[in-house]
Amino acid sequence: MFLEWLPELGYFALILAFVASCVQALFPLLGAWWRKPLWMAVAQPMAVAQFVMVAVAYVMLSLSFANDLFSVAYVAENSNSLLPWYYKLCAVWGGHEGSMLLWSLLLAGWGVAVTLFSKRLPRDFLARVLGVMGLIAVGFLSFVIITSNPFARLLPNPPENGVDLNPLLQDPGLIVHPPILYMGYVGFSVAFAFAIAALLGGRLDAIWSRWARPWTVVAWAFLSWGIALGSWWAYYELGWGGWWFWDPVENASLMPWLAGTALIHSLAVTEKRGAFKSWTVLLAITAFSLSLMGTFLVRSGVLSSVHAFANDPSRGNYILVLLGITVGLSLLLYALRAPRVSGGGAFSWLSREAMLLINNIVLLVMLLTVLVGTLYPLLLNALDLGQISVGPPYFNMIFVPLSALLAIFMGVGPVSQWKDTPFKVLLKRSGWGALAALVIAIAAPLLYDGEWSLGVTIGLLMALWITLPLLRDFIHQLRRAGLAGLRKLPRSHYAMVIGHIGLAVTIVGIVLVSHYSVEKNVRMAPGTSVEVGGYHFTLESLDDIKGPNYVATRGTIEVTHHQQRLRTMYPEKRIYVVTRQPLTETALSFNLFRDLYVALGEPLDGEAWALRIQVKPFVRWIWAGALMMVVSGLLAASDKRYRQKRRRVGRSVKETQA
Amino acid sequence: MKAKPILFIPLVIFVGLAVLLWHGLGNNPTDRESALLSTPFPDFTLATVDDENKQVTPEVLKGQVTLVNVWGAWCPTCKQEMPQLLDLAQRGVRIVGVDYKDQRSEADKFMSDFGNPFALNIFDPDGSLGFDLGVYGAPESFIVDANGVIRYHHTGYITAEDVDNTIMPTLKRLQQ
Repeated sequence: MFLEWLPELGYFALILAFVASCVQALFPLLGAWWRKPLWMAVAQPMAVAQFVMVAVAYVMLSLSFANDLFSVAYVAENSNSLLPWYYKLCAVWGGHEGSMLLWSLLLAGWGVAVTLFSKRLPRDFLARVLGVMGLIAVGFLSFVIITSNPFARLLPNPPENGVDLNPLLQDPGLIVHPPILYMGYVGFSVAFAFAIAALLGGRLDAIWSRWARPWTVVAWAFLSWGIALGSWWAYYELGWGGWWFWDPVENASLMPWLAGTALIHSLAVTEKRGAFKSWTVLLAITAFSLSLMGTFLVRSGVLSSVHAFANDPSRGNYILVLLGITVGLSLLLYALRAPRVSGGGAFSWLSREAMLLINNIVLLVMLLTVLVGTLYPLLLNALDLGQISVGPPYFNMIFVPLSALLAIFMGVGPVSQWKDTPFKVLLKRSGWGALAALVIAIAAPLLYDGEWSLGVTIGLLMALWITLPLLRDFIHQLRRAGLAGLRKLPRSHYAMVIGHIGLAVTIVGIVLVSHYSVEKNVRMAPGTSVEVGGYHFTLESLDDIKGPNYVATRGTIEVTHHQQRLRTMYPEKRIYVVTRQPLTETALSFNLFRDLYVALGEPLDGEAWALRIQVKPFVRWIWAGALMMVVSGLLAASDKRYRQKRRRVGRSVKETQA
Repeated sequence: MKAKPILFIPLVIFVGLAVLLWHGLGNNPTDRESALLSTPFPDFTLATVDDENKQVTPEVLKGQVTLVNVWGAWCPTCKQEMPQLLDLAQRGVRIVGVDYKDQRSEADKFMSDFGNPFALNIFDPDGSLGFDLGVYGAPESFIVDANGVIRYHHTGYITAEDVDNTIMPTLKRLQQ
């Protein structure tokens, strides 16, 4: 009985959430304007109410999936009674309606987090922040309710069974990728809300940036994580050994990441030196706008991509209007109210400010490059100049030199001082590092395979140039003040070091895997062997095996290296019994320095099979570096600075009450 | 206090972008525009479903306007699409199938159950051709002109209305 009404309850909860978000938007913003404390006080309870209601709707949809309510159109389109329960729960965000619901849930979740962790904020400021987040929620919840209702029924003739979740999505890697990525996208709404609140209140000081910083780095960490997950999935599941395709949707996630990276650095300057205020606000607006645009690009289908979902013009129009209102109004507000006086005092070209400014400019140019590359086909189409697609060569051609430029300043930035750094000091701090980097970078390719390569040298030079001065800094600190000195360094400093070295690690991975990968497509019969990149692969046997819900052909492959037996690999070609879908289960043997990658292709005549064998050196470093960046973001947000401040304010409030 | 014009630059840029996006939206309201439109059919060398020793290349698509249909026996929507494909085949349309992530025995069973409108079936068990085509699920269809250039992309299954309203007119236009 209760089961029958699940979807309607969910829809009802969604409408209540919408009402709550309207109240959350209206009263606190007006209250802050007219200075009515009671109106402002509405913000927190409404943010919680909105979250609870969206969560109820979300749970109802999950239960509809779990109980196979195929009379719900969305369930029928994305599930099947035979789908394993965990994929049923994940199928909730397998399609458009559900992923928008997830978006709204995460937005409401960030709102609640703000109410919980921002007790130290001035009342009017908090009211404005939550009001702005409420406005965003109004937009998205109305979008879900009006154009993308996930609870719509197929009545009076509900289907017997569902169409099943898109087979490509039935994979653990891909299942966690969207929520993490959305956490990042939506997380930038907090930085955005802080920026708008600051603009509205005319309170654009260094304190604003201190409040916004931890939120921004957490969102940035999630976004980095989401992007890395997507790339990793593409690598092991799509089976071409590629890890980045410059697909429009990948670009849509890269753009807010670049803006977010610039924002983190610019926030640092604003907090520490009071400079770049206006610029920081603009970046906060940009990062969230690009997140919204990413959503628009994926959901509207204006750009074609592997990720594009079947779409409906009313949805595209709605999101575009939403985007127009949100971004247009905030940029108008920015134009009218951005601070006109740049603070922070003068700085020389050899100061940390200057380095961070250049870093910001390079990141922005990268961002524009991606933006132009992604939208160029659309522009040509609009001007009736025909249709083209912009491919990897364009992006690589521009991105590689820009990254090199970025790396140059990344090497100097962290070891330079605010305001001005005497050239001598700079030389002392990074001179030896530069020399060592040059020697290692030239020698490494020679030692690796006896052949010198300019590309590898430049790549390694970049990575070492970033890393070595940071390490020197540590050693210096250790020598000067011992372990206690290291302990005294703030957490955010460690975060910065880990993040920067993380990028260096990723660069090493990218450079080496691009230069030293070996790939062979071979025909192999049992008993034959083949040599790829110095490794000998021998196909010992091919067996038919039976798994829990699939049957498979499994190859047994012995790998030897320098006459030494390394390991046995078992690539499989599975046929899932229920869906009748074949799946290539690649065998991966990885360690820190190389991946061996074996995939069974198709059976050829006789006993032979087509096999794809790849040796990919250092490919793991790409994601290891990304993970380091994730850790660095979370670590930075947990810095004592942000907590101490809160405690102190909390105490003073209690004291005044007493 | 007068506003500084320079601060309006981001707004102006955004308005330009919004117009562009709006235009993109108006351009193709119903279907996802394939990046492959007006480009030659991606290169492939694959066996056919009928004969695993016979390798075919994009050459098989040349010389005649062809409807390329990406399908799989595992895909329930493809069953709903079969009557329309059979209808098209009856009207003399050359249909080449791409049997996407499938097994030969299953494909054969599927065709004996639901009919075979295909002049030829390319066997794509790994989905490599499907990936090059930017397919995210079956069924999807492409219309390829006599020179092997992709001219139309249809996402999802072809309904009876689609046959009359879009597929046939597009085919006729290209045949001229």
